[in-house]
Amino acid sequence: MSELFGPSPSTSGPDMVQLLTPEGQRVECADYRFEPPAGADGSVDEAEVVRGFYRDMVLTRRFDVEATALQRHGELGLWAQLLGQEAAQIGAGRALRPQDYVFPTYREHGVAWCRGVDPLRLLGLFRGVDQGGWDPAANNFALYTIVIGAQTLHATGYAMGMQRDGVVGSGDPTRDAAVLAHFGDGASSQGDVNEAFVFAASYNAPVVFFCQNNQWAISEPIERQTRIPLYKRAEGFGFPGVRVDGNDVLATYAVVQAALQRAREGGGPTLVEAYTYRMGAHTTTDDPTRYRLSDEVEAWKLKDPIARVEAYLRRGGLATPDFFAAVEAEAEELGVRLREGTRALPEPDPVGLFDNVYSEMPEELAAQRDGYAAYLASFEGVAS
Amino acid sequence: MTAPLGAGSAPAKVTLAKALNAGLRKAMEDDPKVLLMGEDIGRLGGVFRITDGLQKDFGEDRVIDSPLAESGIVGTAVGLALRGYRPVVEIQFDGFVYPAYDQIVSQVAKMHYRSGGRLPMPVVIRIPFGGGIGAVEHHSESPEAQFAHTPGLKVVACSNPVDAYWMIQQAIASPDPVIFLEPKRLYHSDKAELDPSATPAPLFTSRVARRGSDVTLLAYGPTVKTSLAAAEAAAGEGKSVEVIDLRTLSPLDLGPVYDSVRRTGRAVVCHEAHVNLGLGAEVAARITEECFYSLEAPVLRVGGFDTPYPPAKAEEHFLPDLDRVLDAVDRSLAW
Repeated sequence: MSELFGPSPSTSGPDMVQLLTPEGQRVECADYRFEPPAGADGSVDEAEVVRGFYRDMVLTRRFDVEATALQRHGELGLWAQLLGQEAAQIGAGRALRPQDYVFPTYREHGVAWCRGVDPLRLLGLFRGVDQGGWDPAANNFALYTIVIGAQTLHATGYAMGMQRDGVVGSGDPTRDAAVLAHFGDGASSQGDVNEAFVFAASYNAPVVFFCQNNQWAISEPIERQTRIPLYKRAEGFGFPGVRVDGNDVLATYAVVQAALQRAREGGGPTLVEAYTYRMGAHTTTDDPTRYRLSDEVEAWKLKDPIARVEAYLRRGGLATPDFFAAVEAEAEELGVRLREGTRALPEPDPVGLFDNVYSEMPEELAAQRDGYAAYLASFEGVAS
Repeated sequence: MTAPLGAGSAPAKVTLAKALNAGLRKAMEDDPKVLLMGEDIGRLGGVFRITDGLQKDFGEDRVIDSPLAESGIVGTAVGLALRGYRPVVEIQFDGFVYPAYDQIVSQVAKMHYRSGGRLPMPVVIRIPFGGGIGAVEHHSESPEAQFAHTPGLKVVACSNPVDAYWMIQQAIASPDPVIFLEPKRLYHSDKAELDPSATPAPLFTSRVARRGSDVTLLAYGPTVKTSLAAAEAAAGEGKSVEVIDLRTLSPLDLGPVYDSVRRTGRAVVCHEAHVNLGLGAEVAARITEECFYSLEAPVLRVGGFDTPYPPAKAEEHFLPDLDRVLDAVDRSLAW
């Protein structure tokens, strides 16, 4: 079966872009080079950028671990873990420019981090105090979409809007923009994802479809979704597809950066399949021991996205012990802030549930609200 | 092609199809963010020619011939709306809206609520609805209750050229998503005089279409014409029927209905949709709550039977026609 489905979990495979091996060895790829942007002074400090990626990934993982613990303590109703997908998300998230726009699934905590969305806003959704408490316009990061794949069409439509706004192919790097559409291997079976491919191809929309193939859609393995490597589907729709080692933050950055740039220049859509692994459960309600072997998980642990960057930085003398200690301290601080912040999130106002169904509340809905408010008020002063 | 209607145009007699075309044109002239999307709406002008000539005048970027995928049309319209556009989507036939059902009820309807009011969703979804055109399966349905049942959507139905002209413009101007139902069998039938300089009634209001004192007959879309004809026939028999065109199905505007029923004591609701859990059920329940002591008879419903839409040669039996409406009126009066 391995020849049918591309690289097996134990090998990287020849058709997968990789720039940093699981052992932390820098390697080169003919088609994609790691070309980080210049800093404020115009010079490129590659080690500084990699240290930044490391910090992003460590803090994102800490965020994920804290959120999982908060769910276990009853502080969150649910949590969708990203454990193991840090490189895919940070690599993609850091390839974005401010004017680009992101459409996430419900697991893009690392991309949200890159966009500057307060993690507490994400926790509010999973605590159940709101359904998305961040302002999408503030960070060009749309609300989480829970229906699998629906957001890929929104991303395509948004990209069609960018075309009409003249921010594609103008040649101005501060102006030209693209959309990054997230989905997973399970969503690749959805009609909406396939329709998004058709529309994006038909209109040459500036959208990068970024599929994190984490091998599992709850209990269903990738073999249930596809009979060919997912990235190869793009050819059938008429645009390029590429598979990247999703546990390699440098390669993911390089590939997504190139795909976004192509889209910004008017080159149209690209499908990027980030080949990665869901180390944790689908969500905190899931029990993966019922459907997958621990051998598989152990094999993927050897390809951990953070460990390889740490090995690269340490071996090359590119980061000091103080750097690692400082990141760890920052993670500790983040943990405290998340634990305290989650418990302090304001509860929704019961009568507020009637708000924002429409821009203006219809009379009949206002009557329902007023009736419920009066009903609640009738209990005031009544001993329970 | 006849000269397009615009502000300052002289009153003219137009069909419902021409009135919609003129209303769409006016909305596109007034707001450059208004886009039309749908299957065959560009070069062809739509299978019913509602968008005839608009692509030629506004270009392919604003009148968009889409791939044949309804979820894709509505889903990309969501994205365009998030980018600041006001997409007006044409679903080619009522029975083809279901592939887009998830995008409509899970995304279009809930975006504003989910975002705490940050993300308006000014999308209009035009659906030619109802039967009576001798079509094959899936071309004659009345899915309005499925959308009226969904919080976050507004649902309206026009019944005549004048309303069509104004209501489509008002729906496009609405910050909330609107399901806009068009009675397809009336597209090219009756003409009405349209005065573009007139002041229209607000969109989410019902309208008394004919005054009467014995029984209140409620209708919308294609059954308004049937109901007015029934009222005329009843008048010949000495029965005075008040006809109200509901126009807005969500939210409902039942104030004028309650006023009427309190006078007549009797109400009949008429629609082409299946009666089971149709709009008539909700309207009947509310009339019963609000007008209980005024009622001389239970609120009666006349509509499509609880069967799938039948083959075209049998549709005259499925659709509520003048005689079935009169029968319901008579049963109410005889109660």
